[in-house]
Amino acid sequence: MRKSGIVGWGAYIPRYRIRASEIATLWGWEPGVPHGLGVEEKAVAGVDEDAVTIGVEAARNALRRAGVDPARIGAVFFGTESKPYAVKPSATIVAEALGITPNTMASDLEFACRAASEGMRAALGLVESGFIEYGLAVGADTAQASPGDVLEFTAASGGAAFVLGPAGDSVAVLEDVYTYVTDTPDFWRRGLSPYPAHGEGFTGEPAYFHHIESAVRGLLEKTGLRPSDFDYAVFHQPNGKFPLRVAKKLGFPREKVLPGLVTPHVGNTYNGSALLGLARVLDQARPGQRILVAPFGSGSGSDAYSFIVTDRIVERQILAPRVDDYIARKTYADYATYAKMRGLYIRTTF
Amino acid sequence: MTEHQTRRGEGGVSAMRLSPAMLWRTRIPRYRLVGRECLECGRRHYPPRPVCPHCGSRRLRDVVLPRTGTVETYTVIYTVMEGFRDRAPHVIALVRLDDGTRVLAPLTDVDPSGVSTGMRVEATLRRIRVDGDTGLIGYGLSFRPLMEPRQGASK
Amino acid sequence: MRVYVAGVGLTRIGRLFDKGILDLAAEAAWKAIDDSGGIIPDAVVVGNMLSSSLQSQDNLGAYVAAGIGLRGRPAFKVEAACGSGGAAIYTGVSLIASGLAGSVLVVGVEKMTDFPNAVVTEALAQAADSEYELFYGATFVGLNALMMRYYMEKYGVSRDEMSAWPVLMHRNGAVNPYAQIRREITIEDVARSQVVADPIRLLDSSPIGDGAAAVLLVSEEVAKSLPEKPPVAITGAGMSVDTVELSNRETLDRIPAAAEAARKALEMAGVRPEELDVVEIHDAFTINAVLLLEELGLAPRGKAARLVAEGKFHPGDKPTANPSGGLKSRGHPVGATGVYQVVEVAMQLRGDFPGVKVPGAEKGLALNMGGDGSTVTVHILSRV
Repeated sequence: MRKSGIVGWGAYIPRYRIRASEIATLWGWEPGVPHGLGVEEKAVAGVDEDAVTIGVEAARNALRRAGVDPARIGAVFFGTESKPYAVKPSATIVAEALGITPNTMASDLEFACRAASEGMRAALGLVESGFIEYGLAVGADTAQASPGDVLEFTAASGGAAFVLGPAGDSVAVLEDVYTYVTDTPDFWRRGLSPYPAHGEGFTGEPAYFHHIESAVRGLLEKTGLRPSDFDYAVFHQPNGKFPLRVAKKLGFPREKVLPGLVTPHVGNTYNGSALLGLARVLDQARPGQRILVAPFGSGSGSDAYSFIVTDRIVERQILAPRVDDYIARKTYADYATYAKMRGLYIRTTF
Repeated sequence: MTEHQTRRGEGGVSAMRLSPAMLWRTRIPRYRLVGRECLECGRRHYPPRPVCPHCGSRRLRDVVLPRTGTVETYTVIYTVMEGFRDRAPHVIALVRLDDGTRVLAPLTDVDPSGVSTGMRVEATLRRIRVDGDTGLIGYGLSFRPLMEPRQGASK
Repeated sequence: MRVYVAGVGLTRIGRLFDKGILDLAAEAAWKAIDDSGGIIPDAVVVGNMLSSSLQSQDNLGAYVAAGIGLRGRPAFKVEAACGSGGAAIYTGVSLIASGLAGSVLVVGVEKMTDFPNAVVTEALAQAADSEYELFYGATFVGLNALMMRYYMEKYGVSRDEMSAWPVLMHRNGAVNPYAQIRREITIEDVARSQVVADPIRLLDSSPIGDGAAAVLLVSEEVAKSLPEKPPVAITGAGMSVDTVELSNRETLDRIPAAAEAARKALEMAGVRPEELDVVEIHDAFTINAVLLLEELGLAPRGKAARLVAEGKFHPGDKPTANPSGGLKSRGHPVGATGVYQVVEVAMQLRGDFPGVKVPGAEKGLALNMGGDGSTVTVHILSRV
């Protein structure tokens, strides 16, 4: 067991949804396509929302659960691939909004969907080394996909945040972690391009599956643990199907994956993806349970964490809205309204 | 040539509509809902002023105001200002926070038909103003319907 | 105190695209000067709100004074949002009352139609708190709408009861040759008109327009030296301010600045509210008129709209309210309005107002407001 863990967790999902069938009808997709992705509808950020506002809400919820004075947080890592500014940190806006400034590290990270997890690793490391007492890792996205591209079915908005700190204050203590990265160009976005490009089939085996499997196997080998030792297995979830497939390949039964599978309800929230799954698991986990979390980011890389839940979790679960509360809070938008929210129309400012 | 002619598409200093200094010096009251409390009469006010607007005293201290409150009155604006067409009709409310302080802010995450005097709301940070493609983003206060506290344990 | 109204002048109000600030100011100013028998003023006060934001024109005192042929004397702009005109009058009165000037030309001028409505809307919103109201897209109409909803819910006043005011304004304005809108409307028309900021409808709102009005004020000494001593004088002046931001007001159904300004002006003039024959009050929106009638003590709290609906304040009643048609129908070129009001009351007392007359009027009141109750000036005019 290590000296650090998750002290508080929080989620935020915007209120608006668009049904996959709306998208399919407009762009002439065969209805089986979204069905094959296992996504019924996705969450869309409102006109006054962005990755920063989503991150602030999730972080506020995490702080509520942690019960920690924000001034004691010594590092804020903001992981996103939909930064409101190309240059100007989102992490400082989050830190200022929550009263964490000025005595803190702060940084925006990029690693496609895995940036926030990298931030979580870094924050845990800072806690372990005694550099900071508490850290905050935030993953939030208002994921963009080209209208008419298949990614449009899944690219969604949402986020999760974690206050990391000493094991003695944690609801889930870090048992161990393993990271596996290579230069694998499965999905990317150039600076002046508004939408990402991807290698379609190439994003599967060589990217998602290879890296998650390698990271998880690395963790199991390092710790001597087996799939049966885990109560929950949470994976990065670009659609509703991949996590079930990778779980099967790794030997984790379906029932252990379903509690942490959020994408079918709200789409792929990118940096919120695996982490929202983790948040949902924490919303319901019991003391003593062991959780596997394996985020993945294109480019590519995956982490595999093992957390052990402590007694402290019970009293903190009710201190903030749960992932399911946000999933249940929804209003449907038609494609025209969705397009307005996503800024797809070309307009003059009047 | 007025600012309106330089504003669209050209960027640069002359086209800047949101002041970096103004956003910076008002960020704490906007982000954290920090108002002032009068040490003389005990009343609070928002936005913060150098002198108590109620009794005129200069003895004040900053206070973090409660984030929940009730809608005292509201309006649904159709003739919106520039920059607000994407959220028209735009709902503005005067909210009476749970400590009695009154605050003006947009209501969000709610349809105009779902707004009523007396409804319970909570503060949240939202994107309020965007200065074109090159300028700053002004984040600020908005209120959304209070999410009801959940009953019982989750599952 | 007696500050004599030696001359008045005004332009028609409308979308006067072919006239700039100087054209309008010159027309009103020289009409006033001619009306006075040719008095060239010692000083010029210009009331205006939007020249900076819509015409990129500051230094307006010099620009207007010199531009209309009156350089070589003190001149300055007075700004108090939609209360600029009243504040300019107050300033002119103080110059004379203090002895610094024997004659002052006060000209209110506004050009609102140079840009589309969305731009003008944002400029007008600068009357509110820039960092905490305008920043949030709270338009000027929106802030007034908050007060309207609050008032209607608190006092149980219906839409149709409120509508009696704009109907009255249109009826009065229909026969005012200077009015921007000369068209009668019905209660049904008001309820059916477009929602601007709920519950304010289009027919609750004054129009956007251009115009200028001017008064030539003179001291007792100058008045005595004239071939005919002017029969009308400003005998009371009052001004007060309240917080600009609505959030820090004591209550949303009061305008204490109006009560205070009126109290000071009436006291100075030695006039009681029940002695007033005619009032021109600031009805940028229906709710303003309703609240102001109550602040002036002319109606009990919560009852003003109902009284108007029952016929009170109509021509023939004492006082008659807004025989000009008010901001609603005569128009509201914002910085100029306060001067229009004083011109109209003066003409009523002289007996030569070309629209609805208040025969035998001896005492009148002009109330001009800036913001949603943040700046109020009140002037009392008397036949002397």
